[in-house]
Amino acid sequence: MKTIQVFDPPMCCSTGICGPNIDPDLVNFAAMLSQLANMGVKIERQNLGQQPMAFAKHPVVKELLQKEGTGALPLIFLDDAIYQKGRYLNHDERPVFFRAALGQEEHAS
Amino acid sequence: MNLPCYQPDPAATTRFLFFTGKGGVGKTSLSCATALKLAEAGKRVLLVSTDPASNLDEVLETKLTNAPTPIAGAPGLEALNINPVAAAAAYRERLIGPMRGLLPEAALRSMEEQLSGSCTVEIAAFDEFAGLIGDPEAAKAYDHVIFDTAPTGHTLRLMSLAKAWDQFLDKNTSGTSCLGPLAGLEKQRVIYEATVNTLADAAATTLVLVSRPQLSALREAERTSKELRALGVANQCLVINGVFATPCPTDPVSQAMQKRGETALSTAQAFIESMPAFIVPLRSINILGIGGVRALLTENVATEPSVTFDEWTAPHMQSLASLVDEIERQGHGVIMTMGKGGVGKTTVAAAIAVLLAKRGHHVHLSTTDPAAHIAQTLAGQVEGLTTSKIDPAAETAAYTAEVMANQGTQMDDAGRALLEEDLRSPCTEEIAVFRAFAREVGQGTTRFVVLDTAPTGHTLLLLDASEAYHRELERQARSTQPEEVLHLLEHLRDPAFTHLLLVTLPEATPVHEAAALQEDLRRAHIEPYAWVINQSLLHSGSCDPLLQRREHAEHRYIQEVVEKQATRTAWLPWQAEEPVGPEALMHLAATSPSVELV
Repeated sequence: MKTIQVFDPPMCCSTGICGPNIDPDLVNFAAMLSQLANMGVKIERQNLGQQPMAFAKHPVVKELLQKEGTGALPLIFLDDAIYQKGRYLNHDERPVFFRAALGQEEHAS
Repeated sequence: MNLPCYQPDPAATTRFLFFTGKGGVGKTSLSCATALKLAEAGKRVLLVSTDPASNLDEVLETKLTNAPTPIAGAPGLEALNINPVAAAAAYRERLIGPMRGLLPEAALRSMEEQLSGSCTVEIAAFDEFAGLIGDPEAAKAYDHVIFDTAPTGHTLRLMSLAKAWDQFLDKNTSGTSCLGPLAGLEKQRVIYEATVNTLADAAATTLVLVSRPQLSALREAERTSKELRALGVANQCLVINGVFATPCPTDPVSQAMQKRGETALSTAQAFIESMPAFIVPLRSINILGIGGVRALLTENVATEPSVTFDEWTAPHMQSLASLVDEIERQGHGVIMTMGKGGVGKTTVAAAIAVLLAKRGHHVHLSTTDPAAHIAQTLAGQVEGLTTSKIDPAAETAAYTAEVMANQGTQMDDAGRALLEEDLRSPCTEEIAVFRAFAREVGQGTTRFVVLDTAPTGHTLLLLDASEAYHRELERQARSTQPEEVLHLLEHLRDPAFTHLLLVTLPEATPVHEAAALQEDLRRAHIEPYAWVINQSLLHSGSCDPLLQRREHAEHRYIQEVVEKQATRTAWLPWQAEEPVGPEALMHLAATSPSVELV
């Protein structure tokens, strides 16, 4: 089974509703993660406001924060490779990610 | 009604005591006097203020922090303030401090901004509050923990949060919450549950409802009693502070004051008789310092010698109506009344609204105080004047519905379900109330909006949230927030748009609380327009010795406001009848401070 690591910008709720803006892509992504977790995918989700040590201990994340600042967040890893940087997956990207996370690689037809 | 005098009994006092009530009824004085009495009986006592605008420092003449400080002259007594903004700062530092040098500066700044929101501020204070009650280790060095709480609205929220978070944590399935990652919250859950249980345990907790012999204060005590009973806080008693009886049968002012008190008590008789009730007589002095605190429950009014006072000329002040003349010229904008609880913010706001409406303007009168009752003060319709109030429960429901209707449509079913779950977080109320405040202020672009604010502490937190939001919004290109939220701080800082009035009584604590509020506002680049001194006995001509003393005691505070604090000062006299209804409010506003009233 694959592992998803998400490094969120600082926020207090998994959906970001406590911030001044609600990002539907974030909410849908969060819901998808819980679905994937139920299907056995390992999910590690950290946010800068609450688990900053996880950011400092991850060399790739730390370096990107140094180079690009917090604009690099969120950072989404699939099995240790960066899958997405700086924003959440949109409507079209989520199904592709969903299949990739389950190991159902896209085959060229 | 013959009620006994309030005297705390060290043998029969529960471990936890909460003093609550409308602003200005004497919660701080009475909680200090009770704490002192228990300490003098050999008990170890911790006195805690949960008011963000705490007056404990001034009354105890001791600089307090969020850690227990011994009080000089009162062995066994220690005190602390739970200051939400300081608590949030400490919480931030616990998270950010260890990360310095490990994460780049930009990341630390972004953490700091997120952790400055109203959620964090509320939770940090609530955590300290719940810890003292629910964590058996926290206050074990004390026999009694006495809470001097903020005025009603804020306190009801604080006391209901334990249950709200306990329930939210019980049901929430997603990984994160404003309290932190849910996985790490087991310890908090145990504490919140213990807090809920302790508050409901009659052998452990007593709620002391403090009131004045005034109908509005008694009604508020009655509502608080009901709401807290619904939360399980059943062991309650009532202390009516400042009961006045004059020895002068021919003096109209003191006769009117005594009668006003007696009428209020007999009107509220059913409520008063529903629980153990006590009185504390009106004192002629400000309750300051350990000596003053001790005198509150021991001083014998009848034996006070009569004294003669020096001649005194009042400094220049104006009528409220003449203040409105200046504000009126703009044709629209926001007028806000701020100050300590019980100083008459609602009365002043209602009087201004009536005056503006009678002069042909469109006026909206509203309040941010969940405990305020504008309709009772206004008592009638005035053409051109509309009213509303920011009701936290209604605002939260409306905000939730709005989010689900707007953002919810861009989500799939699973996303909507998760969003709905997170919106049940007690934090949502903070955001909804803040948005409602921004909405009311925003209405001032087309007409006059008169906003009666909640007592100082609550208002400070609202301003703090405004600044935190403003900073967060500035960083983001796209926003789902309405226009008025984006312009809120700009509007509040514009002296042509917002006229801020600091209302006070001519007494030590309300003047000093307003002065501290003025400093806080200036730090946020908001300049108060004027001060209003309310319920002054100046020119009353009373021959009652206690009232004469109180009038004389006003002089230095009137002088302090006019000469040191305010750029303009309006003055309002003490009224024999509570000023209710458009006519009484207009009459009050028109009274000039330079005319003798007798």
